[in-house]
Amino acid sequence: MQIARETLLRSYRAMRTIRMFEERLHVEFATGEIPGFVHLYCGEEASAVGVCANLTDNDTIASTHRGHGHCIAKGVGVAGMMAEIYGRSTGVCRGKGGSMHIADLACGMLGANGIVGGGPPLICGAALSHKTLRDGGVAVAFYGDGASNEGSTLESLNLASVWNLPAVFVVEDNGYGEATAASYACAGTQQARAAGFGMPYLECDGSDYFAVHQASGEAIAHARAGKGPVMLHVHLARWYGHFEGDAMTYRAADEVTNARRDHDCLKLFRTRVTQAGLFEDSELDEVDAAVADEIEAAVVQAKDDPLPQSADLLADVYVRY
Amino acid sequence: MSKKSFRQAINEALRQEMRRDPTVILMGEDVAGGRGGSAGIKDAWGGVLGVTKGLLEEFGDTRVLDTPITEASYIGAAAGAAVTGLRPVAELMFVDFVGCCLDQIMNQAAKFRYMFGGKARTPLVIRAMFGAGFNAAAQHSQALYPLFTHIPGLKVVIPSSPYEAKGLLISAIRDDDPVIFLENKVMYDEEEDVPDEPYAIPFGEANLTREGRDVTIVAFGRMVGLANQAADRLEKKGISCTVIDPRTTSPLDRDTILECVADTGRLVIVDESSPRCNMATDIAALVAEEAFDTLRAPIRRVVPPHTPVPFATVLETLYLPSVDRIEAAVTATMAHRVVEKV
Ligand SMILES: Cc1ncc(C[n+]2csc(CCOP(=O)(O)OP(=O)(O)O)c2C)c(N)n1
Ligand SMILES: [Mg+2]
Repeated sequence: MQIARETLLRSYRAMRTIRMFEERLHVEFATGEIPGFVHLYCGEEASAVGVCANLTDNDTIASTHRGHGHCIAKGVGVAGMMAEIYGRSTGVCRGKGGSMHIADLACGMLGANGIVGGGPPLICGAALSHKTLRDGGVAVAFYGDGASNEGSTLESLNLASVWNLPAVFVVEDNGYGEATAASYACAGTQQARAAGFGMPYLECDGSDYFAVHQASGEAIAHARAGKGPVMLHVHLARWYGHFEGDAMTYRAADEVTNARRDHDCLKLFRTRVTQAGLFEDSELDEVDAAVADEIEAAVVQAKDDPLPQSADLLADVYVRY
Repeated sequence: MSKKSFRQAINEALRQEMRRDPTVILMGEDVAGGRGGSAGIKDAWGGVLGVTKGLLEEFGDTRVLDTPITEASYIGAAAGAAVTGLRPVAELMFVDFVGCCLDQIMNQAAKFRYMFGGKARTPLVIRAMFGAGFNAAAQHSQALYPLFTHIPGLKVVIPSSPYEAKGLLISAIRDDDPVIFLENKVMYDEEEDVPDEPYAIPFGEANLTREGRDVTIVAFGRMVGLANQAADRLEKKGISCTVIDPRTTSPLDRDTILECVADTGRLVIVDESSPRCNMATDIAALVAEEAFDTLRAPIRRVVPPHTPVPFATVLETLYLPSVDRIEAAVTATMAHRVVEKV
């Protein structure tokens, strides 16, 4: 599949934005200024971006506790996200949600999620809306290898097949759920699970943007055409701890080093597009510089933004009460 | 006797009970941690906040079981194991995750004994952390003890200090009914003197953490400490308080509460759970029904608003009961004057 130049540039920018956003959070978190739990998506950027490059605002995604990458890939603004993580009233969720609950329904982002396995059932519902309203939309659930074992996820695979929903289930398999390896916690295979629920299965290397784009493009086209749900199994590595503060003693020292060296989606992307003569290094350097400025501005702004007011505590529990 | 943290006290209770009784087993997500990891090390975490650290080493992986992230199956498995000969202590991590396995607790474990005509014993303990104050936001900060208290067949324990945690957990493990043991996550590093030997604190017997003339304060878990701080301040203003820690919400030590209210005539209840149908409403109803004539002022409740727990620190601080708010409630109840009807 030929990918348009603008799409490639947009995708590169999105992946770079995720990378810099997360690396900056890693630094800022260590200063103690960021409240709550933060789970970084570094190393997994091509998964969110490769999939979302095949989606529009009319499509819906559901994310996880490790949600910053999905948000950025789906078009949620970086400034509003940063402000949210800092607990400011200017945040996308007005400081009520924080890192684990960033959502922006206007661009089809149904929310990060504090509950493992929370997203897949919601995606069945979003897919049902798309189908019933005939708006041509597709709903995509991102969930981890750990979440793939939750009953809610497995039930959703079944429901999506039974109802022939325009849904795609993206298993982001980074090999760990917290400190426990998928090799211990996941019985059988994702492929056999997909087969068990009667849906097509695709898999790809999540550090290869082009592979993710290709595979998710097929999966999304299948679902959009009304042919039912698809499972896409993306193989990934997480570069930081489960959450900020995790010393990762359960991983061999070279596991992350090797992933960073050999499976850096940004490096691989750059090599590929420059060797193909699609972009000059300098063009990509410009993107990098622009993104660095954007992240810097977002952090400065977030730190300076107003805190929520006491009246906000009681606001928005209901639409009307 | 030595200084131990809330975390260490819980760990010690688990260790001592596992030594005493080979049928006591632990299970939960990363209760050891590191399984299958490339470093090949075991006990990488010992629970997300390190509460069960070191237990794998002593008891091995047949008694300390890491589970997949599948609450319905392992909480249910713990219930099933409990009713067939083991004494499982299952860790749910954050109590908010009960949403994923409530059926196994509410419709299964809690009801076996009654439904089966008194034939079943379900010596199950479910440990979970709860409470706001960590900026953990709406899905990781709830204080869901009223939910469990509402369900007949469950016992519900809320330790208020390291000493209480050890003795109450030992009782929970020895108990033949399903027990929900709730640990306020803000308290894990709090320290106090805790005996080295095992001891059991009985359920349904409230602890009077101080005795006074003017106002009775009933508080749960971490709120007991806040209530005592408020009482210290009030003492200086000449207002003397009784502070009751009921220790367990089910069973509830009704007698102690009623006796203290009879003595003081004034009642303030401090409860960090959502304000509708919570422990404060439960105790207010009890006192209104059983001790109406002894009351000299309206009952006051220091509770959060009827909202989810917000993320931002400013809002979360406003959300939670505080020493200031307890002090204000006590002062207000003291200011109330009964007007004699003619
Ligand atoms: C229902 C539920 N159980 C447990 C947790 C605690 N928890 C948060 S993230 C996580 C691991 C999830 O692993 P995975 O799905 O592989 O996603 P990853 O963190 O690797 O991106 C766990 C156990 C939770 N938030 N919700
Ligand atoms: Mg994972």
